Amino acid sequence: MTEYLVRFIAGGFIVSVFAILGDMLRPKSFGELLGAAPSVALATLSIAIVQHGPHYAAAASWTMIYGAIALACYSVAVCHLLMRFRLAALPATIVAFAVWLAAAFGLLAGLGGAA
Amino acid sequence: MLVKLSSSSLKQTHWYEFGIRFLLGGLATVFAGIVGARFGVAVGRLFLALPAIFCASATLIGSHERRTKEKAGLSGRRRGRQAAALDAAGAGLGSIGLAAFGATFYALVTTSVIGAFAAALLTWAAVSVSAWWLRRTLRITSRHKQAGRSAKGRSAP
Repeated sequence: MTEYLVRFIAGGFIVSVFAILGDMLRPKSFGELLGAAPSVALATLSIAIVQHGPHYAAAASWTMIYGAIALACYSVAVCHLLMRFRLAALPATIVAFAVWLAAAFGLLAGLGGAA
Repeated sequence: MLVKLSSSSLKQTHWYEFGIRFLLGGLATVFAGIVGARFGVAVGRLFLALPAIFCASATLIGSHERRTKEKAGLSGRRRGRQAAALDAAGAGLGSIGLAAFGATFYALVTTSVIGAFAAALLTWAAVSVSAWWLRRTLRITSRHKQAGRSAKGRSAP
């Protein structure tokens, strides 16, 4: 239970810091880069190293690359849903989540877990 | 174009919006941990790049822009969608940096933990900024070309 509390606080804090920084940066298009900041990764990888050691964290960071590629596909899908299909932001980001899941698990199934 | 920090956007943000981001960030991190413990490290760590916070930030950005337009007496729906799409495009570019973060961390973590974190963060920043700069330069170049072509078209007999 304590582990999950630590995860929650660390994750929430790092995500908030990157989000505030992204809001403050100008031009806006530059600040939006922080939408894909490694905030959840920083918290989770730190805890993984403390609990299981660097080899475990290395395997974790490898599959994270698939997640990042899936995030790129997700972003393209969100752009199209917003601009072509004129969906509002919340439904567009939720519907496009299917694209993220398909891309992430497709890459994991096709390329395997760790290098 | 100069990149700078401005605190004006923070004044537009309500306190509960900070709370939503903290909550979603915390929940996404806990979720990644639970999935990893239940389904193994490979599946769990896919969720390190989970766009859970993105839903909230895109929605908040869209609603900020819509509110600004509506204050001026205009319908802000289109503007809100455009702002959210810009946020998504930025996250798309940033995801290249995120992949570079993962690759750098993977290569270095068994050698030095602190060094791996520092190098991965630097790589993430360098790759993301380079991708943003490249996109910006290409857009400006194509805009200049288009303007040149339309000016030629007008002056042709």
